[in-house]
Amino acid sequence: MNFETIVGLEVHVELKTDTKIFSPAPAHFGAAPNMNIHPTDLAYPGTLPTMNKQAIDFGMKASMALNCDIARTMNFDRKHYFYPDNPKAYQISQDDRPVGANGWIEIEVDGYKKKIRIERVHLEEDAGKLTHADGGYSLVDLNRQGTPLIEIVTEADIRTPNEAYAFLEKLKAIIQYTGVSDVRMEEGSLRCDANISLRPYGQEEFGTKTELKNLNSFNFVRRGIANEVERQEKVLLSGGKIVQETRRYDEATGQTVLMRVKGSANDYRFINDPDLSEVIIDEDWIERVKREIPELPDARKARYVNDLGLPAYDAHVLTLTKEMSDFFDETVSAGADAKLASNWLMGEVSAYLNSEGKELSETPITPAGLASLVKLIADGTISSKIAKKVFKELAENGGDAGQIVKDKGLVQISDEGTLRTVIGEILDKNEQSIEDYKNGKDRAVGFLVGQVMKATKGQANPPMVNKLLLDEISKR
Amino acid sequence: MSNFTKEEVQYYANFARIDMPDAEAQKFADRLDTLLEFTDRLKEIDTTNVAQMTHPLTITNVLREDKPADILDRDDMLKSVEDHEDGMIKVPNILD
Repeated sequence: MNFETIVGLEVHVELKTDTKIFSPAPAHFGAAPNMNIHPTDLAYPGTLPTMNKQAIDFGMKASMALNCDIARTMNFDRKHYFYPDNPKAYQISQDDRPVGANGWIEIEVDGYKKKIRIERVHLEEDAGKLTHADGGYSLVDLNRQGTPLIEIVTEADIRTPNEAYAFLEKLKAIIQYTGVSDVRMEEGSLRCDANISLRPYGQEEFGTKTELKNLNSFNFVRRGIANEVERQEKVLLSGGKIVQETRRYDEATGQTVLMRVKGSANDYRFINDPDLSEVIIDEDWIERVKREIPELPDARKARYVNDLGLPAYDAHVLTLTKEMSDFFDETVSAGADAKLASNWLMGEVSAYLNSEGKELSETPITPAGLASLVKLIADGTISSKIAKKVFKELAENGGDAGQIVKDKGLVQISDEGTLRTVIGEILDKNEQSIEDYKNGKDRAVGFLVGQVMKATKGQANPPMVNKLLLDEISKR
Repeated sequence: MSNFTKEEVQYYANFARIDMPDAEAQKFADRLDTLLEFTDRLKEIDTTNVAQMTHPLTITNVLREDKPADILDRDDMLKSVEDHEDGMIKVPNILD
């Protein structure tokens, strides 16, 4: 029997507001434990939540960017549970009237395009952080308690691990462009759970699903789903039944491991939170937020392909992050050839960032600097080999490529007379190679070109050296 | 007419972390039945033309600007907890 994989994702994204969603304590990553706390976060008697307008704007903005309908009237609900990460013993969330619903994003994967529908986007508060210590106790840090989140829930439209990966990559890019979140998985500002089930091909109804947690990178999402699909297949093929349970992906073994069986224990007893007013969103509010949404990845991609003539692959890679895409736009505005700028950003620049573990903004490289480099290559002032040297300088100390070339005397030698003199000297010293070449050994030319490049410290214009060298040999 | 069972009472009591022995549970089951009978009388009222109440408050859009304020002093806060370590609140280990 062959099975079809059915996956739905639940993605939590932390919103980049200055304060928490229901208290005016600061909301940011990396503070010392329990330093960003307001009495409301601790549920002290008499405290009341207050609604952060910016968090609602951000929730609307993300929902719009994900093509959702925006709620006209919404409210917040209490979701009850007992756990020390939340002193109120309920999380304030949205149950039946979420800020966004019925959205979609389009992904492109393994050569086909597909729309993944988004069931809902709702606003809620994050919980605090627990560190389980030895000796039977846990340590509670409530800095994160109350940080605004949006939870994005997809329909069960995902059919392969690669689609899940592509969806997350696209979602991350879109959210990042809107500026409502850093969407950094390593800092926990993007977290993903996957609901996975199998059904025999042709069957309409879904099979029993399991929920997969602890997916700490997009790659682990992909691998975790693949492994869980394998596990469920084995169970089903051996006549077993899938149990509705929560599983955890173990990065070390690449396997999914049982966390807990889902029983009726989770009765969240949702109620309308009477401490928070209803929010009525009118046309003006929607229009204002809509105006703040910048050009999104798909629009940029189309512009790169149609207006700048870039290959689709380049357009995809460049638009994965807003930072890279903005940098590219500014480099082109500064006069760089689009394709050359793209090659450099995807090649040398990305390699440098990866090896240094840095973001573009953390280096002294500027769009004007990269444009100056690209222009020098385009007009033949420097060879691509020299350009790599200049880039190193740009990456470490910033500045203008023209100035670096001038200061270091790296200008490409394209003067015919100068080159012929150097070539003459090299030929005088290597008569055997000339002999070899004339006897049909083409490789001898490569050796001679190498000698010329060496004598000019790599600054000779390579195509000219090739041409002039053959010309000089023929004269001998 | 008995609607609530002992088990149901204990199920709900657990949400409030109330200890509920069997004998007590039966007593509360009966009392809850009486309460329910009383509130059932509301069903007799014709609400056809009454708009659905979706929220207890009639005011809307009570919002706050995104500006930090009133941060709690950590040392003060830690005075009110039973035990703490490295600035964090120490609680019995409860594994999720």
